[in-house]
Amino acid sequence: MTVTSIDPSVRKVPPFGGFSLTVLGIEIRRMLRNRRTVVFSLVLPAALFFVITGSDETWAEPVGSGNEAAYILISMALYGAALTAAAGGSMVALERALGWSRQLRLTPLNPVAYILTKALVALTMGALAIAVVNACGVVQGRAEMPLDVWVSAALLTLFCTLTFAALGVFVGYVVPGENAMQILGPGLALLSFLGGVFWPLTEGSALWHVATFTPMYGVAMVARAPLTHDLPWYAVVNAIAWLVLFVAGAAWRMSKDTARV
Amino acid sequence: MTSPTTLTRVAAVRLDGVTKDFANGKQTVHAVRGIDLELQQGEIVAFLGPNGAGKTTTIDMILGLSHPTTGTARVLGLEPRQAIARGLVSAVMQTGGLLKDLTVRETVTYTASLFADTRPVAEVLEDAGITDIADRKVQKCSGGEQQRLRFAMALLSDPALLLLDEPTTGMDVEGRRAFWSAIRRDAEQGRTVLFATHYLEEADQYADRIVLISHGRIVADGTGSEIKALTSGRTIRATLPDADTDAIAALDGVTGVEVRGDALLVHAKDSDTVARHLLTRTVARDLEITSHGLEDAFISLTGDHR
Repeated sequence: MTVTSIDPSVRKVPPFGGFSLTVLGIEIRRMLRNRRTVVFSLVLPAALFFVITGSDETWAEPVGSGNEAAYILISMALYGAALTAAAGGSMVALERALGWSRQLRLTPLNPVAYILTKALVALTMGALAIAVVNACGVVQGRAEMPLDVWVSAALLTLFCTLTFAALGVFVGYVVPGENAMQILGPGLALLSFLGGVFWPLTEGSALWHVATFTPMYGVAMVARAPLTHDLPWYAVVNAIAWLVLFVAGAAWRMSKDTARV
Repeated sequence: MTSPTTLTRVAAVRLDGVTKDFANGKQTVHAVRGIDLELQQGEIVAFLGPNGAGKTTTIDMILGLSHPTTGTARVLGLEPRQAIARGLVSAVMQTGGLLKDLTVRETVTYTASLFADTRPVAEVLEDAGITDIADRKVQKCSGGEQQRLRFAMALLSDPALLLLDEPTTGMDVEGRRAFWSAIRRDAEQGRTVLFATHYLEEADQYADRIVLISHGRIVADGTGSEIKALTSGRTIRATLPDADTDAIAALDGVTGVEVRGDALLVHAKDSDTVARHLLTRTVARDLEITSHGLEDAFISLTGDHR
């Protein structure tokens, strides 16, 4: 029997830790094929935007450098992007439970490249959710704000979605299986009510005091700051604190889970 | 740094004094208690052992999924993770490891895009016989189709070392034969195959070499017939009241004599001598000779009575 020897030195290591645009594309297609994700993160926020601005008699009232409809638009875009990012984040734990993460560990894919891919998927989907609500706003024609406010609010909203991607990872690990979204969906709606995303809070009220400590409050204030020019220090602290907390929570659960990849 | 190219033939797998401990509450579990193992390129090796023997733990260390507590593991002269990064090692697990909402083709394309060099996706699908189900969602595939998909994924990078966990579970006789002839063909090209199995027959029939592992140690390592020879005894049973056990024990090749009432049990390497003695020199009757199969060898070597 003649045995050919395999020379391991001719084999190459892929660049960028195995990061690939092909994978990114397949991952995004996966998200778009998931009917529940599409309904909750793309259709629902757009519908809410139409309902709220449509029933709001004071939509034309000026707010900061724009009007109330613009305020609602930014809020709804944030809500949609947060839901989408959370849905994406919760898939990390699900993939681990399915043994897919172990399968990936048998390829050259670096864990950092994996997390980066997931973060990019969450951001892309978040951007899509923001774009959908913004497009609805343009079509409807009620929202008014300068173009630079429009763009900077959208970009800030996108950045804020990372908080909810981390929350999704964290909840995905705590709640096993595909039930994570059943908690994240209503949970984020509740937090949005509390955080003043669905309607503005009366400053100084009891509810407002509670709200300033909830995770949606800070990011909502940050995302709307280009429009409202109103960004108190505690809103910034809130946004950063929850981002740090959720990232830490996600990292903690993930490291707990590495005993058996 | 030692360059693998300077060696004519680097070992496919080399484990030196590998141990692995796990903390379980306050107790320490010694899953692997010291394994030295060298697999040559092109060998087909069966990894046999009861559950909890340390098979999976050892395979995880070869795959670089976990690190030995002490000792070193090398794959083709490289750190296991480096061998993985070069697509030199693949593994096929029995369950899991697939995303249900991807199609068969997407799964293979996804995996292929993670390696520096791979065989063309279409060719791999064809070889695995899953071209006609390429656009089917994984969740709609049968167990056998999913297993073929796992193989397609494992063979994408043309690995030098392939690890298989119970590879032919659920295959029929025909499928099993076709599977092993394909594995054998690849081994002739230099691919090393290490498979965990509990089918002793299969290990005996298809592996060049059997490594028996029990309680975290290698208890036997050799060809199927060598393993069987290790406990190649036979048992002679006869009815013989007041047997002269000393005389029988003194016979050539006798390893044990037992008396149970009127029954005499003799364990011997050479059953003919014992039988001839009993039938010609004593009044023994109802003589029976039983031989040990690989199953007995397995049980006596691993010390596990399942």
